[in-house]
Amino acid sequence: MSYSPEVNEPVLEKKKNEKVRKFNKAKLVPYLFITPAVLMVVSFLFYPIGMVFYYSFQNYDISAPYYNSFAGLDNFVNIFTSDKLFFPSLLNSLKWVVTEVGLQLVFGLILALLLNQTFKFRGMIRAVAFIPWAISGVLASVIWSLMYNEHMGVLNDILMRLGIVDSPQAFLASTSTAFGAVVIAELWRGIPFFAITLLAGLQSIPQELYEAARVDGASRWKSFLFVTLPQLKNTIILTTLLRVVWEFNNVDLIFNLTGGGPAHSTTTLTMYIAELAVHGSNFGYGSALTVISFGILLVFAALYLKLSRYEKE
Amino acid sequence: MFSKNKKIDKLLTLYVPLGMLLSFTLFPLYWTINTAFKPEGDIMNRPLEYAPLNPTVENFVMAWNNVGFATFMKNSLIVGVSTVIVVLICSTLSGYALARYQFKGKRAFMLMLLCTQFIPRSMMIIPLFIIFKNLGLISSPLALIITYTAIEIPFTTILMSGFIANVPKELEEAAMIDGCTKLQSIRHVVFPLLLPGIVATGVFTFIYTWNEFLIALMLTNRQDRFTLPVGLSTMMGEFNVNYGALAAGSVIALIPAVILFAYAQKHLVNGMGGAVKG
Repeated sequence: MSYSPEVNEPVLEKKKNEKVRKFNKAKLVPYLFITPAVLMVVSFLFYPIGMVFYYSFQNYDISAPYYNSFAGLDNFVNIFTSDKLFFPSLLNSLKWVVTEVGLQLVFGLILALLLNQTFKFRGMIRAVAFIPWAISGVLASVIWSLMYNEHMGVLNDILMRLGIVDSPQAFLASTSTAFGAVVIAELWRGIPFFAITLLAGLQSIPQELYEAARVDGASRWKSFLFVTLPQLKNTIILTTLLRVVWEFNNVDLIFNLTGGGPAHSTTTLTMYIAELAVHGSNFGYGSALTVISFGILLVFAALYLKLSRYEKE
Repeated sequence: MFSKNKKIDKLLTLYVPLGMLLSFTLFPLYWTINTAFKPEGDIMNRPLEYAPLNPTVENFVMAWNNVGFATFMKNSLIVGVSTVIVVLICSTLSGYALARYQFKGKRAFMLMLLCTQFIPRSMMIIPLFIIFKNLGLISSPLALIITYTAIEIPFTTILMSGFIANVPKELEEAAMIDGCTKLQSIRHVVFPLLLPGIVATGVFTFIYTWNEFLIALMLTNRQDRFTLPVGLSTMMGEFNVNYGALAAGSVIALIPAVILFAYAQKHLVNGMGGAVKG
């Protein structure tokens, strides 16, 4: 539209009004765009979480609905005073999270450092190394149960050939080996996850920093210690935190490989809750256990971020 | 002399450790494929066969027809594809709002998305069961599609907003100056540039739905509605496990996820980096 100096007042006024209306409409657009996302998240993530808190103060048993009633703190009191599985499963959760996240971090970092070097077919080898990331917990359970099996498992065959054991072992059925066996299977799936995020972090470190370190005469080990690690610090802190939460809640492998057995030696807190939810019917009690595990995670996350001095960029 | 040292150095610091880690990754996969191609009678042969002596596809036929993997696959596909479509629509819209607009409540919305990442999935199975039981949707694919969409939206919104922010705003504005409407400029300018990001987000979502187990187990109690993970898990828990068919079923479940992953993994490394860096 061409600019004309002699526009009379009323037209200008009208234009201004139109502009105001358009402006208000435009203001609504982003809210329209986020509405579906907000609705889904609120109704099917936040509302269920609210329900868990509500049910944790109820006697809620779907097999005996006529007894449903307000329970006050009964569920919580029972968990801390008379539940024989609560503390052992909490201890197993601790063992599970510490070994999994610790070993995944170490081996994931090694894998990421290796894949960050230049060599032939790097793209293809990276893709292959990351495959287990895309494999479900259930599939990993099947794959590793075929490895561990007493009758047709290849692991027994190899160990017998090497003379380490003299008869086939049922790794998943013995209290001394079951936990370790599940840990290794989960490592298989977890190392690539760490490697992917750490590799992304490694790629964003400016090359000049390494050159400067080399000019200053730093050895490879020193440049790893004083360039790579400090640069990766935030990635490591955040990935580790997310992974702790994830592994604490992860039951797919335990559920399918051992079901928490033998003799509850692989029952983590989450496995205990899953077992109650899938096979039990006392949802009030299960909800109370869930609230406790949520609280544990929350306290952990807060402490961790504070102690590790995570810096926002 | 120098180059020989360098070669040995590279062998010790690269090829040997990489080889060890790769064999740890690949051997279990190889063993599953090996088992899947053995006739049932040969699986427990001693000494163990490290390659199938009499390769056969009978396990695959058995898994597909008799065990029900054809049905499990169909169910997984229905849930996966529908979830991907809904998630992509919702997260492109909300991602666009985050990347292109300043609005009141934007920080609160971001905070809400971040908070969801700390909600334990296992925490949701009891309330979700009650909700969908009341809605009469237990064993319906709809229950899984809704739940998976809600779970995936926060992360995919953050991913998509990153991808959208990477498309220069000037391009969009230039198209509008040339006479495109807002929607036209999105369709002809933003969308083509965004396609790789949309594909990566879709693949990420699909793999999640393809692999999810605990919620699917809780919300499904009819065998003809089982998704692949629930079907595999049920088969594993049977008293007399048919290992050949189990291995074959695993290979069937494995193939789509691995192909999609191989296709999208490069974007994933980049996207993850962006998401972690915030």
